[in-house]
Amino acid sequence: MDIRIPVGSWIKDFFDWLEDTFSWLFEALRQLFIWMFDAVDWVFATPPALVVIALVAAAALLARGWRFALGSAIGLLFIMSVNQWDNAVDSLALVLVAAFLAVVISIPLGIWAARNDTVSAVLKPVMDFLQTLPAFVYLVPALGLFRIGVAPGIIATLIFAMAPGVRLTELGIRGVDKEVVEAGQAFGAHPRRILRQIQIPLAMPSIMAGVNQIIMLSLSMVVIAGLVGAGGLGGDVAQAISALNVGLGFEAGLSVVVLAILLDRFTASFGKGLGLYSRWRRAAVAKKEADEQARFDAELVEVGGPRRSPGAGGGGGSL
Amino acid sequence: MNDAIALKAEGLYKVFGRNAEAAVDKLRAGTPRDQLGGATAAVIDASFEVMRGEIFVVMGLSGSGKSTLIRMLNGLHPATTGSVEIGGEPITATSPKRLREVRRTKVSMVFQHFALLPHRTVIDNVAYGLEIQGMGREERIARARKVTEIVGLAGWEEKHPGELSGGMQQRVGLARALAADTEVLLMDEAFSALDPLIRRGMQDQLLELQTELGKTIIFITHDLNEAMYIGDRIAVMRDGRIVQIGTPEEILTDPANDYVEQFVQDVDRAKVLTAESVMRPARAVVHTGAGPRAALTLMRDEQVAGAYVVNRDRSIVGWVRDRDVFDLVRKGSTDLTPAVKPDHGAVPADTALADLFIPSLEAALPLGVVDHRDRLVGVIPRVTLLAALGGEPEAAATASPRPDPLPTEMVDQLLESAVGAGAADAKEAR
Repeated sequence: MDIRIPVGSWIKDFFDWLEDTFSWLFEALRQLFIWMFDAVDWVFATPPALVVIALVAAAALLARGWRFALGSAIGLLFIMSVNQWDNAVDSLALVLVAAFLAVVISIPLGIWAARNDTVSAVLKPVMDFLQTLPAFVYLVPALGLFRIGVAPGIIATLIFAMAPGVRLTELGIRGVDKEVVEAGQAFGAHPRRILRQIQIPLAMPSIMAGVNQIIMLSLSMVVIAGLVGAGGLGGDVAQAISALNVGLGFEAGLSVVVLAILLDRFTASFGKGLGLYSRWRRAAVAKKEADEQARFDAELVEVGGPRRSPGAGGGGGSL
Repeated sequence: MNDAIALKAEGLYKVFGRNAEAAVDKLRAGTPRDQLGGATAAVIDASFEVMRGEIFVVMGLSGSGKSTLIRMLNGLHPATTGSVEIGGEPITATSPKRLREVRRTKVSMVFQHFALLPHRTVIDNVAYGLEIQGMGREERIARARKVTEIVGLAGWEEKHPGELSGGMQQRVGLARALAADTEVLLMDEAFSALDPLIRRGMQDQLLELQTELGKTIIFITHDLNEAMYIGDRIAVMRDGRIVQIGTPEEILTDPANDYVEQFVQDVDRAKVLTAESVMRPARAVVHTGAGPRAALTLMRDEQVAGAYVVNRDRSIVGWVRDRDVFDLVRKGSTDLTPAVKPDHGAVPADTALADLFIPSLEAALPLGVVDHRDRLVGVIPRVTLLAALGGEPEAAATASPRPDPLPTEMVDQLLESAVGAGAADAKEAR
């Protein structure tokens, strides 16, 4: 018995057709990716490494507090001292560009899926497929369509990392208390307004968890992207494998770990109310609210309103 | 279009699942609700009208379709068939844009679990409806503050909902609905998630607000006592159908079927029924102008020990005791006034039965009932009170009268002649 379904040649034909028909599109995308990568890379690579480290530490202080600031400074100094700084900056730029694109695509897709059951039913298996297909397999057609370099790395990373963003966005929006959404509807709010004022703010923790996942998956893909000439830490890891260079492999690998921890902690802190920035912001909001309340209360005293002063239980009454 | 009607629902059906239209046809043809195949009928043929300023309660157990029904009234659930009009404006079969417009201006809603926006302060929550109506910030905050004060939350404007207790959160929900200043207010199990004590307070506050603001309120509840307490009229739902619509007293005294009867069995009658609904005609009544002789004759004929005294317009003056009138007659007086006692203890006609017990104990005569102009409209003998509580007011009419005690002189005579020693005890015991 000899059944051979020529799936391979079909897919090859499909990609050949894609390449022939849309080569202008892929070329444009390639240029866009390279330009974005260069821009981000320039931002991190132009100043001296120590300045960048200081800035990152300051950002860490604002985002999470002094312990994270100290830890990130030590981690980045380690990268610098094992001579992986340039590679790390390249990898970081690739991760940031790929993750940015993944967020820009996946959040609207997630919102769409949350509002439309058909879209959700179509996207779910597609996302499963993208996430379970071995990552190396993306690289082959990506290479064909985008040629060697940063661009195929970015596209493969982007596709691989998108799924959790879509899923967690959809989950978050679907998980918003149905009654609160109904309240928006019951008062006559437009669906777009409900999305903007109720669903997205309330789904934010879940959406941010999605962003965090996107960034972590991007980073894990970066190493694989090194195989297609995307350079960075992945390039050194690939080189270490082919040359059986244990030392280089570990130096690059540990640098990846440092980057991963930094990115994870930074993104996980969004909206958690940690760090100096949140403290300042909270203080500012509390002050504004207290001022407003004081103004209300003062006006109440002036007019001699019958019910006032929550402290005395006036607002509570028997309740 | 009748101006007195705030909301009108006609032939509303809501069927979930496939072939909803076909299921409606089947239901119309008399197919039972559980034989519709894949479709689920949540509301079946609901029709009712709600008057302006009325509190209309829809009551039923969970799964009876009441929550679906209330959501059809503002189009959160589109009706499968049937129509809803609010203030003459159709809700069903209208464009989404028009529907939003109606929701902004004509009907607002209070939710069971408050449904406040947790990321906004109390004042911004209260102003939410106004914000959607497109009102400027200054103006809507000013309006929202007034309403916040009305519901008793002044001083909490800049707090977030999470910092408030359940009862206070629901007052924010109520304030949000009131601030939108719509004619109709839908309240979906609005107090069900609150503690009993707080719930009672909220019910009182709602009644107070309704008297003040005259809103039309449609209130959903599974709690019969709540329905009876706040409802002007009640619609009882079962398995998607409205089985009876009536005032609390009608539902209680004249249930449409066994289901309603069973349902109302454990309601606290003492709190629902009013003095008016159980009182009997007052017979022992004399006018101020009537002389003592006429009064005594009346009391003798009615076989009572006292009578209420009223003016010509039946407004109550007091009451007289047969002995005092007897003395007057013996003295030959023609004026009843010296015998009239002013402490008649009559109660207003809308007093709940629960509040009648103590007055009834204190009153020497059957408890008098007066209307809002102080006119004596009836009396409630104690036996009637008991019979009403037992669920059968008519029983009072057939209740065997308490055996009259023997005339005292006869007893005294007999006791003295038989056992001389026991006479003193017998007298004391009296």
